[in-house]
Amino acid sequence: MTSKRNVIDTLPRPVVTLLSSLVAVLLALAICGVLLLVTGKDPLAAYRTILETGLTGNKLLEMLKRSTPLMLSASAVAIGFKMNLFNIGVEGQYLFAALIAAEFASRISAPPVLHVLLTLMVASAAGAFWASIAAMLKITRGINEVISTIMLNFISLSVMQWLFDNYMRDDSDGGLRVTTTEIAPSGQVPDIVDGRLNGMWLVALFVVFCYWLIVFRSKFGFRLRSSGLNSTAAQTSGIAANRMIVVAMLLSGAIAGLVAMQSVVGEEYAYGPQATPTGFGFAGIAVALLGRNHPIGIVVAAMLFGFLDSTSAVLQLSGIPNSIVKVIQAVVVITVVIVNEATSRYMNRRTAEQTAAALRTDKVGA
Amino acid sequence: MTVEGTRAKARVPLFVAVRLFAAVRRSGALWRCGVTVPPLGWVWQYLSMPDSAANGSASAHGTAPAVELHNISKGFPGVIANRDISMTVERGTIHAIVGENGAGKSTLMKTLYGLHQPDSGTIAVNGTEVEFSSPSDAIEAGIGMVHQHFMLADNLTVLENIILGAEPAKGGVIDSREAARQITELARSLGVEIDVNSPVAELGVGQRQRVEILKVLYRGAKTLILDEPTAVLVPQEVDELFENLRRLVDAGTTVLFISHKLDEVLAVSSRITVIRQGTTVGTVTPAEVTRRQLAEMMVGSDLPQPEPRTSEVLDRVRLEVNNLSVSRPGRRDLVHDVSFAIRSGEILGVAGVEGNGQFELCSALLGREHSSGTVAIDGKDVSHASVRDRKNAGIAYVPFDRQREGLMLTSSLWENNLLGQEEKFSKYGFVNVAAARAACREVISRFGVLTPNEDVPAFALSGGNQQKLVVGRTMSMNPAVLLAAHPTRGIDVGAQAAVWEEIRTARDAGLAVLLVSADLEELLGLSDRVIVMFEGSVVAELSPRDATPELLGSYMTGAKVAAR
Repeated sequence: MTSKRNVIDTLPRPVVTLLSSLVAVLLALAICGVLLLVTGKDPLAAYRTILETGLTGNKLLEMLKRSTPLMLSASAVAIGFKMNLFNIGVEGQYLFAALIAAEFASRISAPPVLHVLLTLMVASAAGAFWASIAAMLKITRGINEVISTIMLNFISLSVMQWLFDNYMRDDSDGGLRVTTTEIAPSGQVPDIVDGRLNGMWLVALFVVFCYWLIVFRSKFGFRLRSSGLNSTAAQTSGIAANRMIVVAMLLSGAIAGLVAMQSVVGEEYAYGPQATPTGFGFAGIAVALLGRNHPIGIVVAAMLFGFLDSTSAVLQLSGIPNSIVKVIQAVVVITVVIVNEATSRYMNRRTAEQTAAALRTDKVGA
Repeated sequence: MTVEGTRAKARVPLFVAVRLFAAVRRSGALWRCGVTVPPLGWVWQYLSMPDSAANGSASAHGTAPAVELHNISKGFPGVIANRDISMTVERGTIHAIVGENGAGKSTLMKTLYGLHQPDSGTIAVNGTEVEFSSPSDAIEAGIGMVHQHFMLADNLTVLENIILGAEPAKGGVIDSREAARQITELARSLGVEIDVNSPVAELGVGQRQRVEILKVLYRGAKTLILDEPTAVLVPQEVDELFENLRRLVDAGTTVLFISHKLDEVLAVSSRITVIRQGTTVGTVTPAEVTRRQLAEMMVGSDLPQPEPRTSEVLDRVRLEVNNLSVSRPGRRDLVHDVSFAIRSGEILGVAGVEGNGQFELCSALLGREHSSGTVAIDGKDVSHASVRDRKNAGIAYVPFDRQREGLMLTSSLWENNLLGQEEKFSKYGFVNVAAARAACREVISRFGVLTPNEDVPAFALSGGNQQKLVVGRTMSMNPAVLLAAHPTRGIDVGAQAAVWEEIRTARDAGLAVLLVSADLEELLGLSDRVIVMFEGSVVAELSPRDATPELLGSYMTGAKVAAR
């Protein structure tokens, strides 16, 4: 026991973090295994199916593709988390942005790259606009952003339905199409691997990189994190709390605006209530949590969720309910939260002990 | 099986029963059912009597010391642990435990009060070895503790606060008359008059402390632990407290008195145990030592001599405040119509019992709190400026509460040092990490922050070292006006002198300082002028040469109001 403690004690912090995440995932798999056993399914067979199908080339590409919206959504959520701001409204923000951007892209004509860039900028602006409502409510009326963003999700859906039905739906072929007008080829993002992986994946990676740069390296990011860690100290040091709330919320909304763009400019080339995927706003919260709001963590967590999602169709074929994938994802989030808490307590204690020890030896030397 | 043994055993189920009845009684269920509860109170009283009293042989333990600690050790991550602490506290004496902040006094007292268990060593009370798994064990053994921060329910009366959790029952009803009689008797033994029916909310700090002491005595404590009891009191109240304690001791109670105020310790205690870096340095009597020797025992080296030093106060006004008020709707102003000016090279001390508007005054000056009136820094009006604009104009702040207002505990020291200076250490909007780290290393060495490096998270440092970092950060910003709230609170004597020296050096270089301090010695030693705040208003302005602690005390309590 003691020797084992000593081994862990000497490991550098990132390794401990990585190990603890691994433990959390294994724990989740064990719990889900028990669930499968209880329901009369063979967990080992299920996991073997997941691995065998998931680790094939095509499925790995699908994993990457599925990770695109998750990375974006998780980054949007994580920016808020970093300053104790809970943007539960990513869902409403990205759907609203998808509609506006799709309509915009279908109406303009521009040279290829510029067309896409303009479309993405409009999507970001639309997402930021929708998020700004919650920010304004918070700083002017003190309304908790958790409540306002949840409410705004519903409002967003209603507003979109009205806009879509009355102004933006493409009824050129007699009402058969339930999407916006298709975007011209100049506004379409090409695939990296034909039909398997879209270029938007690279955009998502770039956004995660920007998230890292802004939050972890910039002056603004330092202020953002300070406000999240101790808002009183941040204000005392001259950081304007309200401005931080607005800027953080706008940034979060701007990233959120891109979540559905893989579908809009990379697959469907339009927005449609059925065509555009939903649910990424909430999945993003789970991914941000699993990735501990860290850029690398977010990428890895998004890939894990993408991996599990990519196998769900095959599971169904093997007689295992594909909802087990959702269960695993949910259980992973819970185990990660628990293991994270335990790890950070352990790390805090270890740091305190090591600091005290270092000081003791210093004193002896002096 | 002896009588005592039987009684001790009977106590446990009876205790449960009494508690149960008390709970049911409080819920009012018995009233509704019309059940009468047998008078368990007197049975309980008999059973909880000290064994000696029950035996009628007061000398059962002879002259065994009230408390003996043998080789107590206790380790915690990150803080100085107790190491091999041994001490003997004779019955019926005031025994002081002195040591710097962080020396381990509180850890030791928590061990004695059963708040945690020692890693090794033994505790003996009245000659019998004991093991306390919780404070209730300690209370049962006759040890009571008065915490530095009072734990009273404001909207209950004195009586209710004292009996809370140990209500005397008579027929299922709280026997208030009996309780009042007992409390009055206890109060008389203390030498105080107290109206048991007045709400605690109406009491002053000194009276609240007395209620806390009575509460502990009411539970049958024969040994009282007082944790820094004078920290919240003004000089007159300190004298009264000491008078009360002397009476208690004459009546046979033992008092353990924790403090780092040496004059008080020398005045009131009959024995003094000095603790340094977690272990006992020695036990002395006040007759044997001078104040200075005692201080040197505490610090373990020759003391720096804090000398009052005058400087040339220039005519240039650096901070000018006119008619500043901080109002709350429907309440008395937190800060009321305060005006003053601080010149270049001047330290203006603010005396006052904590909570009389000093905090709000600093917040308002900092721009963190909405206020009326005008504030000008170096002639520039900043009455409506943001915190950042005021900082840019040259104001800097050493906060009242370093952890709440000054630090990000889980962040590294260099990030903490960067807070408030991120503009200075950024280029093109990105933080220059190397420069920020170097700046932190400089603060660490200049202010003697004890830490292995600048990557350590702030929570891993002791309170004193956290304070040094916060002070160092503030001073390294080269401010024009410094708001220093308790700049040396919780740091050791050596570092205290270093902080004073830094403030003086900056003052000599033209800094204007507003110094808020509870340490009157510090206040009088450093300040060029002193103002006294009471209930939000400035009630007096004095020269430190004329101000004695007594005089300040009478202004601080509102007993005396000077025309300004």
